[in-house]
Parts: sequence; C-alpha cells; structure tokens
Amino acid sequence: MLAVVRSVVERDLLLALRRRSDVGTALLFFVIVASLFPLGIGAEPNQLRAIAPGVIWVAALLSSMLSLGRLFAADYADGTLEQMLLGAAPLGLVVMAKSLAHWLVSGLPLVAIAPLIALQYDLAPALYGVLALSLLLGTPVLSLIGAIGAALTLGLRGGGVLLALLVLPLYVPVLILGAGSVEMAGAGLQPDGQLLLLGAALVLAAAFSPWAIAAALRISME
Amino acid sequence: MLEGAGLECERGARILFRGLSFVVRKGELLRVAGANGSGKTSLLRILCGLARPSAGEVRWKGQPIGGLREDYARELVYIGHAPAVKDDLTPRENLEISCRLAGQSTSGEALVAALERLGVPELPVRKLSQGQRRRAALARLLVSDASLWLLDEPFATLDAEGISNLNGVLEKQVQRGGAVIYTTHQEVGIRSTRVVDLGAGA
Repeated sequence: MLAVVRSVVERDLLLALRRRSDVGTALLFFVIVASLFPLGIGAEPNQLRAIAPGVIWVAALLSSMLSLGRLFAADYADGTLEQMLLGAAPLGLVVMAKSLAHWLVSGLPLVAIAPLIALQYDLAPALYGVLALSLLLGTPVLSLIGAIGAALTLGLRGGGVLLALLVLPLYVPVLILGAGSVEMAGAGLQPDGQLLLLGAALVLAAAFSPWAIAAALRISME
Repeated sequence: MLEGAGLECERGARILFRGLSFVVRKGELLRVAGANGSGKTSLLRILCGLARPSAGEVRWKGQPIGGLREDYARELVYIGHAPAVKDDLTPRENLEISCRLAGQSTSGEALVAALERLGVPELPVRKLSQGQRRRAALARLLVSDASLWLLDEPFATLDAEGISNLNGVLEKQVQRGGAVIYTTHQEVGIRSTRVVDLGAGA
C-alpha cells in the first residue's frame, strides 16, 4: 500500500521537475501579489506591519489555488485517472499521495519564501518563526480542501472559476487562524491557541478529505 | 468468469443498449462490435466498473463487481481510448508507474524487454507518434498477469506489424486461460470466440 503512495508522490514530483515553469508560475505569483501591496499602499511602516500577516496569507491562499486546476486535470485528460480508479490500492490513498505531492510542490516553497516577503513589510524578525510555522500547518490543509474542489469540478466547462468560488470560502477558517496567529504573536501574546487549532484542522483534513476527494472523483468520472 | 446480466446504458435521454446479457469464460476472446456511437466504450467502462449501468449487473465469478472494487481491479487490465501515458515521462517510466498502480512490482528488465518487443523507442512520449504511444500503452499487457483484459480499440493507429504483434499477445493470453474483451471496427485477422453486436447505434 505504502509503495503505491510513494510511487505516486515520486511520479508527481518527477512530472513537476520536468515542468518546472508550471511550478515557478505559482510561486512567482505569490511573490508578485504579496509585493504589490507595499507598492500600492505606500511605505508607511506601521500600516505595512499591521497588514503583513493577512496579505501574506491571502497571497499564499491564491497561489495554492492557482495550481489546483492541474491537480487532476492532466491525469484526467490522458486517462491515467481511470487507471488510478481501477488501481489495486484504495483511491483514497492515491489521492492522499497526490495532495501530498501538490503540497510539496506548491505549499512547502511558500513556507520558505514567506520570511523574505515579510522583509518588505518590515515584520519583526521574531515573528518569522510563527509565520513560517502557521504556513507549514495551514498550507497542507489548503491542498487537501482544494483537492476536493478540484475533483468536483473536473471536466466542467469554466471549472477554474467555479473551483475558486467553491474553494475560497472553505479556506476562510484557515486564513483567520493562520493570519490570526501571526497577529497575536505581533501583539506580544501567545499564538499557541491558533497554531493548535491549525494543527487540529490539518489532522481533520488529512483524515476525512481523502474519502471526500475519492467520492468526488468517482462522481466526476462517470 | 465475467457475466453481464440485463445491462442497459443510457446516454442523455437515449438508450444505447438494453437487456444485454453475455458470459465470458476462461480462454475466450469476446469482440464487441457496433457502429460509432453504439455504446462500445460505454459497455467497456461499465464492465470495468468505471461507470454504472442504468439497469442490470456485472458479475465477476458470481459476485457483483460493485462490492469487489480493488479485488476485482487487481484481476483486470483496462486500456481505454486515452492511452494513459504521460507526455513528460519516457515509455519506461510510464510503464513502471502503471504497473505500480496496478499493484504489480515488475523488474526493470521485464519492462525494458516488453517495450523492446513492441518496438517503442526510449524517448519522452511527447516525441512519439500516435501509433508508438499506443504501443507504449499496450506494453502493459506483456508484463501483466491479470486474468481479464478489457481493451478499447487496441488496434487503432497501429500498423500491420503492430497489429500482428498484438494478435500474438492476445492469443497467448487466451491460451494461458485468460479472457479478453475488446472493441474494434477493423478486420484484424484474429478469431473471436464470441461477438456481441451493439448494432447500428441510436
């Protein structure tokens, strides 16, 4: 069973490696969106410091969503998805592996870049750790929830826009907790509560979303 | 082994076929014939469990396939219209991943040998022709030990040599007691045990 998970993750990473531009666009998107705000709002340090957590998190949200469309679409188009449905491993495991690969490619780099972005907002260096940790816990949830949406909108015309409308409202709790934790820490309070809740959201999403994704895929494939 | 009982398929408001019943036994080669749009692909998708019939039931060794899922999936190979090969991978990498998904661990030499026998060059699939892609997908049959093969238009885009190669592969599967269900509208010079004709289509 785990061999299947490993080989699906390896395959998706290999595909991402051969299509580096796709991965690069989503990351560059994150950097550009997050950099537009200081330019648009002006260099008022207090204001920038105040909006930093929220803006960085929203940019992360949008960037993670940008790459969701490709999560299943390519496999659907060339027939690999049919083979996954007919595979020897439960579909839930396969989609879990695909979500994990999506996160490794589109979520994990954000965690690494975020402190660099925070530099533009003059965020206190003490907060970098909390920001990175909140993204580390929150972005996998985004990948998992997003995968449900991607599975539901598979093969639909105008699926991309529908996907955004479907998934963004579901991202709201993660956004509130993630940005909230950094703001708390900025105000000199303990961000543990928010971070623990983010962790709980991650556990819940990891436990239940594979089933939801698998069910949605079966519906889309009929 | 495989049994279709009173199968009915609906597309939109049209009924493609109704009351279709047949049995496939060990060592049999079943050809699904019919005009374009008569429901050949739909029938194969129903048989492998990707789609559900609007009426009737598919049984594998006496049990409805709906309840068997992975246990049934392990015993079958389905090669659909889309060849399930990735443009960015090489044929070998593609074959390896489809074997892994099917729960087989096949040695690297066996994979290379299968691809060589079908004459697939080891280039990224993007650079291959349609016929070569089809061969890359069909290489899966050479390394498979599944007892049931469901092939949707396996002969399409193949040249004469490819067709006779595939005929040989199918005959071998039948000889070792496997079963094959395939669709085609070409004459390919292989004797089918049985033909299910879906007619002229709706």
